Amino acid sequence: MLLLAFALAVTILFVVLRVLGNPVFALISVGATDAEIAAAAARLGVDRPIHEQFFAYIGQLLSFDLGQSFTNHLNVGDEIVRRLNVTLPLTLLSFTLSVLIAVPVGFFAAWKSRTWYGTTFSAVSQLGGAIPVFWVGILLVAVLSLGWRLFPAGGFPRTDWEDPGAALYSLALPVITIAIVAGSDLARYVRSATLDILGQQYLRAARAAGQSFATALWRHGVRNGVVPLISILAIQLSTTFVGAVIIERVFALPGLGDMLLVGIKEQDFPSVQGVLLFSTALVLVLGFIADVLQRIIDPRLRDSLSGNRRTKALA
Amino acid sequence: MTSRRFNRLLAASAAVSAGALLLAGCASGAAPAASGDADASAEIVVGSQNEPTNLDQIFGGSSGVTEVFTGNVYEGLFRITDDAEVEPLLAAETEVSDDGLVYTFTLADASFHSGDPLTAEDVKYSLERFVGDESIAARKNQLKVIQSVDVVDDKTVAVTLAQPSISFTYNLGYVWIVNDEAGELTTTADGTGPYALADYRKGDSITLEVNEDYWGDAPANGGVVYQYYADPTALNNALLTGAVDLVTSQSNPDSLAEFEAAGFQIIEGTSTTKELLAFNDRLAPFDDVAVRKALYSAIDREKLLDAIWDGRGELIGSMVPPSEPWYLDLADNNPYDPALAEQLLAEAGYADGFTFTIDTPDSGVHSTVAEFLKSELAKVGVTVDINIITDDEWYQKVYTDKNFQATLQGHVNDRDINFYGNPDFYWGYDNADVQSWLAASEAASTVEEQTELIAKANQQISDDAASVWLYLNPQLRIAAEGVTGVPENGLNSLFYVYDITKA
Repeated sequence: MLLLAFALAVTILFVVLRVLGNPVFALISVGATDAEIAAAAARLGVDRPIHEQFFAYIGQLLSFDLGQSFTNHLNVGDEIVRRLNVTLPLTLLSFTLSVLIAVPVGFFAAWKSRTWYGTTFSAVSQLGGAIPVFWVGILLVAVLSLGWRLFPAGGFPRTDWEDPGAALYSLALPVITIAIVAGSDLARYVRSATLDILGQQYLRAARAAGQSFATALWRHGVRNGVVPLISILAIQLSTTFVGAVIIERVFALPGLGDMLLVGIKEQDFPSVQGVLLFSTALVLVLGFIADVLQRIIDPRLRDSLSGNRRTKALA
Repeated sequence: MTSRRFNRLLAASAAVSAGALLLAGCASGAAPAASGDADASAEIVVGSQNEPTNLDQIFGGSSGVTEVFTGNVYEGLFRITDDAEVEPLLAAETEVSDDGLVYTFTLADASFHSGDPLTAEDVKYSLERFVGDESIAARKNQLKVIQSVDVVDDKTVAVTLAQPSISFTYNLGYVWIVNDEAGELTTTADGTGPYALADYRKGDSITLEVNEDYWGDAPANGGVVYQYYADPTALNNALLTGAVDLVTSQSNPDSLAEFEAAGFQIIEGTSTTKELLAFNDRLAPFDDVAVRKALYSAIDREKLLDAIWDGRGELIGSMVPPSEPWYLDLADNNPYDPALAEQLLAEAGYADGFTFTIDTPDSGVHSTVAEFLKSELAKVGVTVDINIITDDEWYQKVYTDKNFQATLQGHVNDRDINFYGNPDFYWGYDNADVQSWLAASEAASTVEEQTELIAKANQQISDDAASVWLYLNPQLRIAAEGVTGVPENGLNSLFYVYDITKA
């Protein structure tokens, strides 16, 4: 299933890119002759029939080679790894921060849902989730960088992580930006999951059996509530990754998002394919891990997995 | 004797172009006095939106590669100064045969960053590479006149041309001399310039360090970093917060007031970028000179320039900007005169107007310009349909297939009036006189003769309204307080960084 989805993504991407653009035009300038254009196409290999190009590319992929950039001939795989130096920490830090914001806020908003501050919490999180991430970024830069000069307005140290302090400092504002938006989304899920649990019979039963509210919530509530949250968290992690890709442009960060956008602009097919395939694989793998985790936590899901047979047998 | 003749030639061309610049009143923005002491070890951070696609000029590195490397990391046999003069650089001495076909260069005592000394072999390799089959360099066609390159001895190289080419040394000013041992140069560099490539981070930055063994004068700063920004707002923010010291090209005049108020220097020079409304001159009604002239006169270009560049930049009336020797002031040759436009249209049989489509690239200011043209031409009864296309589609549909009625394009190259001498060029302007003048100008034996011939072509294309030359872009750079030595003009994206200092 996973492989099929991946193969489909590879094929669609390959065809769409080649139908929509011609990488030669990103390299030549006004004054180039037809012969020069043809020679450049031949050098890139885009003058060959599309199926030939496709099979060559599949062959490359099977040997775990993402190919070379059309424009500067760098190895696409190496370049992705270099860019992950920025995008991976950005994604993980944003995700962690968004969970740290969302869980207490969402829980609090549900627990106190009948009070005015509970309502305010959920209203604010609605608002936070409704604003586009780049807009939050622009606002934060205007206030915190240009106004108060607390954070750099963008950029990443040229020395990468040699100076972790400097690297973290340059990621601070983008992380906050993504966390605000992603955290607002997540808070709404946490709130509704908590509301669900709080209204459950088993919680009342546990309380009636003499457990304190906290114990009942921890023993029964959390374990029940966390199952749907895991798949939401997996989706959220993917969303954060996409958010990182967008926000890199606002903050001039040399990550995967920048590689993708520049690749599209320069019609650098191998780079665009590389980044998108990597992202696709990442999303698919995250979904898979979430599935597995859910089954470990919730025995009922394990049953339903092998269970089709059993249910049938019973019927 | 031949050498003296050559020097005269250089001097003459220098004088002519310098004069042209003066005539143009080449508005230099700020010539700031060095405030405080400049720090010779300071690293200058240059912000730019023009990231090269790769680091080699012959593989379509784009204008971004010129901005970083030409004159800074790589040197040519000649140098084009910021005022468009030609000076000897790696060619310490030049002798030209009497028939103008053989150029013999004696090389300067330079060496590459890798330590390899500069030899005649390197020059031969570099020139042959530039015009070779693999090359898609922007200036390749002008240098195809090279017939052979022969190594005379270690420090002497002779270049034989197929026919005399008066712009030969000028064109050589753009050709890098690279180490023949260097191999692929799309991600590395090995030149003879005052800086060596220290670091290349695609999507982020290019770092140049001072070449301690440079054969010429040491640079005034301690290294230069080009920091790239895809987003113009991010670039402006970087300048405002001091993350970069200067910006090579400001494409949006809206933010200038903000920078000026904050104490930044606005440096205005002249560029070679011309905004064109190019017709497909092969097709009716644009095959009729009267129609083209009518449309030219229907457009209030002064108002357009005001709207786009806030009054900066210049009005031009042909393809030639004031920085070129054969410039003529033709800005009013096709004057703004709607009544004249209507009269010309009526004479051409289009009293009721007509409808045409402008293929408009979605980059830069073209779509704003297109909207303006649409409203201007509507006033004389001509209806414009705007068809927005990508740069890619432009190269396919307009440039290669020539399947268009009219288009907008910013033509960035210097001396590109030559395109009007090629009837197969995308706009299809076909005038035998212009073709022969331009061809003869290249074979001219003196600069005066060359200038005279190109000026004739210049006058003719303007009289014919071969295209509508809307305006010449200004070259706007913004620098922080205390930054000095920033080159003013943007002639073909050249940007020498060795004089830049900051306090």
